[in-house]
Amino acid sequence: MENVKKITIITGHYGCGKTNFSVNYALFLAKTGKKVVVADFDIVNPYFRTADFKELFEANGIKLIAPQFANTNVDIPTINFDLLDIEDDEYLIVDVGGDDSGAVALGRFSSSIENDDYDMLYVINKYRYLMQDPKDSLSMLSAIENASRLRHTGIVNNSNLGTETTAQTVCESFDYAKSLCELSNLPLRYTAAIENIGIDKQAENYFPIKVFVKPVWEK
Amino acid sequence: MEKKLMKGNEALAEAAIRCGCKCFFGYPITPQTELSEYMAKRMNASGGVFLQAESEIAAINMVLGAASTGVRAMTSSSSPGISLKSEGISYIAGSDLPCVIINVQRGGPGLGGIQPSQADYWQATKGLGHGDFHVLVFAPSSVQEVVDMVSYAFDMADKYRMPAMLLSDGLLGQMMEPVVFPEQKSEAIEKPWAANGHKNERKHNIINSLYIEATDLENTVVERYKKYDEIKATLPDAETYMTDDAEYIITAYGATARVCKSAVNLARAEGIKAGLIRPKTLWPFPSEIIKNATENAKAILCVEMSTGQMVDDVKLAVECKKNVEFFGRTGGVIPTPAEVLAQIKKLGGIE
Repeated sequence: MENVKKITIITGHYGCGKTNFSVNYALFLAKTGKKVVVADFDIVNPYFRTADFKELFEANGIKLIAPQFANTNVDIPTINFDLLDIEDDEYLIVDVGGDDSGAVALGRFSSSIENDDYDMLYVINKYRYLMQDPKDSLSMLSAIENASRLRHTGIVNNSNLGTETTAQTVCESFDYAKSLCELSNLPLRYTAAIENIGIDKQAENYFPIKVFVKPVWEK
Repeated sequence: MEKKLMKGNEALAEAAIRCGCKCFFGYPITPQTELSEYMAKRMNASGGVFLQAESEIAAINMVLGAASTGVRAMTSSSSPGISLKSEGISYIAGSDLPCVIINVQRGGPGLGGIQPSQADYWQATKGLGHGDFHVLVFAPSSVQEVVDMVSYAFDMADKYRMPAMLLSDGLLGQMMEPVVFPEQKSEAIEKPWAANGHKNERKHNIINSLYIEATDLENTVVERYKKYDEIKATLPDAETYMTDDAEYIITAYGATARVCKSAVNLARAEGIKAGLIRPKTLWPFPSEIIKNATENAKAILCVEMSTGQMVDDVKLAVECKKNVEFFGRTGGVIPTPAEVLAQIKKLGGIE
């Protein structure tokens, strides 16, 4: 965690766990004493988004910027803020929702971002339907790069089966993640998995997470 | 097949393709759109037809046309779109055609909102179009059950030659859960009534809902109601959870039942004998199951994401002999387990 970039963009196939990783990453950075800004940059999903965690962010001194109508009944996912309007000492995490179509809006800021100090992390989940072949995941990675006009800098293996995730579930995704890293020529930045699941020794760059994105009956 | 993590809407679409749905006609609306999107991506590749119609009304009438030829056809929408489809659904029922209709419910009335709701219970079970008819209504409460119920809905629609609806909601449509697709594919049965070309080998089949003579129409409707009686005797289904010794029993369906199950667990942890009955079929309504399971209960609490629609059917099921109270949130607000627990305590006069 030495080299945290000014801007961290989180992308991926929808349902891979981008939002949950973003929330965990924001909390992690905030705990190291950094001033963190989280941008809910989801123009695709009506529910289960970063803006859901406004109170959690406030309690941890994290600033949230989100589309004006996020979590309302207005079905217009407009980005009405300047993504890059952050202070010099602030760290920005951008949660880009939903596939390559969600990444289109990011393209508007690509020319400013590419000259800046940024990371773009591609979150993967082996257990998502139609993503079981690393080549399918690579196609999505490329589609997101084309839509956003930005290049990824690393992979986050967030493979999980929701509430049914076990240490075995995570361990059985290592080869998949490795294969995608080779195909894309990108480093595996983190293996994100639930804390205390018992993979500390096996996982490369283990990043323990909590599950924040869940339905009301599991809270 | 190993488990996969899927969003309710896409799991539903994949399950429909796997059980032989050959035609999907839709029109986008939140929170249902992923279903159409998935069909657009996958239906053609699997040998079927995906068509985004110019409106919901066009889509349901395309379903009528496709179902007439005997193929498995489906449409999906969310609340306001279902209202638009109701005329076509009545025509499909009046023509004795099987099809599957998906309603991923959102807040209403009117344009309402895009957050989850269950305020279309009355529409689905009692008024999905004009005339004397019913549609089968199934209510899943997990992504896995969405998968299982789609193929069951197609099977029952074919068997009884009538429309079947899956009454989902925005929460079930948008949430992610692990699923397994059953290996056994359900297959469409023989449909000798289909208008699919007589090849000069039989007399031609006519698909129609118009009857010139009033008595002919009456006879047709009466015959259809005999079929409905058979369905009412065989299909009602519900899950019961901790009802055996329960003093306070909740009735809830769909995503709300998940909230209520958590509330029952919270109540049990405090020593309160609570239980849950979750109707899986809303028409036919599982009246007998509710009546039997609540025999020894002190009171019943019906919980819905509406101002109270299924509650009337629960009262009828227990023949108004039990105290049936209601708790609901509406307009897209989801009740919490803590709120439901508070209502159980209120029901029992527990501090």
